[in-house]
Amino acid sequence: MSNNGRPGPKTPVTLKILRYKPGSIDPPRYDTFQVDADPLMTVLDALEEIRATEDPTLAYRHSCHHASCGTCAMKVNGKDVLSCVTKVLDQKSDVIVVEPLGTMPLVADLVVDMGDFARRYEPAGLSFVRESEYLTEAQTPEGVERYTRFESCIECGICLSACPVANTNASFIGPAGLAAWYRSLQKGDGERADILAAVDSDCGVWGCHGAMECTEACPSQVQPGDLIMYLRREVVKSKLPWAH
Amino acid sequence: MTPIPIQQATRRRKALRAWFDPRGRGLGFIAFALQRITGLGLVLYLLLHMAVLTTLLQGESAWDQFVAFAKSPIMLLFDLLLIAGILIHGLNGLRVSIVGLGFGVKQHKTFFWIMMLLSALLFVYAGWLLFAH
Repeated sequence: MSNNGRPGPKTPVTLKILRYKPGSIDPPRYDTFQVDADPLMTVLDALEEIRATEDPTLAYRHSCHHASCGTCAMKVNGKDVLSCVTKVLDQKSDVIVVEPLGTMPLVADLVVDMGDFARRYEPAGLSFVRESEYLTEAQTPEGVERYTRFESCIECGICLSACPVANTNASFIGPAGLAAWYRSLQKGDGERADILAAVDSDCGVWGCHGAMECTEACPSQVQPGDLIMYLRREVVKSKLPWAH
Repeated sequence: MTPIPIQQATRRRKALRAWFDPRGRGLGFIAFALQRITGLGLVLYLLLHMAVLTTLLQGESAWDQFVAFAKSPIMLLFDLLLIAGILIHGLNGLRVSIVGLGFGVKQHKTFFWIMMLLSALLFVYAGWLLFAH
C-alpha cells in the first residue's frame, strides 16, 4: 500500500501489471500491486509509486508527464493510452490491467522496442527534429509570438499498437508512417509521384483495412486513419488519366 | 547494463487476439472484426458448397435427396445465417470501399449503422421470403 502525499480522500485500487524479464520472468506473468489513488493520480503516478516503494525492478518508459513526449504509452484496461494523462479513478474499476503496447516487440515489463515504430515511420522523411528550427530564418517575425508547430505526431506508438493490421503484418508501414507520408505530400517535400509510389502497395495504403482505431486512439489529434484514406484517394487519382 | 537481446525478448501478439480482442476498442474495430468473421464464414460456406456439389457425381437421385434435405426448416435457418453473412459482409465492404477512397471518412460510424440497418431490413425481408413461400 502506498501514499502519494497528496491530501484528500484515497481509494484503494489494484494494478495488475504485465511483467516480463528475459531469462528471469519468462514467460510473462501478471503481478498485482495496491495503490491508494486520489482523484488526480494518473496511471504513471501509480507506477512511479510502485517502483519507489514496492518493486524497483518495474520497467516502464516516461519523460515529460504532460502528454508531450509520447514515451509513456501503454495499454490500460486494454485501451492504448498515455499513462501520464490517464487517471486511475477514471477507469471506474477496482482492478486496472496495465500492459505494454501491442505490435512492437516486448523488451521488458511495460517497455517495448520503439525501433519497430521508427523503422516504419522514418522513411517518410519527417525528421524528429527539423533542421529548419535552428536556422536564423526560423526566428519569429515582429508581432508573431511563436510559430505553431503543424505536425502534431508525438511518435508515441499508440496508433501502431491500436491498429489490428499492424499487429499481424510486420511490413505494414502503419498509421503514423502513412500519416507522415501524407504530410510530406501536403508540404510538397519531394516528388509527388515518388511519395505516391512509396505508399501504393499492400504494405502501404492498401494494407489498411479501415478499422480507424488509430484515429480513435491517437492522443494528439493526428487522425492517421483519416489521412490514410485521403492518401489513398490521391493514389487512385494519380492513376486516372482524366483526374490530372 | 547489458542490453536485453531484443530477438529473444520478442513476444508478438497472436493474430486472433489482435483481430478479435474487443477490450478498449471502438465501433471501427467491431466493424473490422465483423468483416473478418463473416468473411471466414463465407469462405467456409464456399468450401461446403463445393463439397455438396460433388453429390451430382452420385447421380440424379442422390442430388434430389440432397435438395429435399436442403429445404428442411433447419437447413433454411442455415440459409438465413448465410444471408446475414452476405448482407453484413457485402454492405460493410461497400462502406469500407467508399470510405477507403476518402469519401465520408468523418462519418464512417454513421455510415456503418446505416449499412447495418439496411442489412437488418433486407434480412427480415429474406426471412419472410424463405419461410412464408
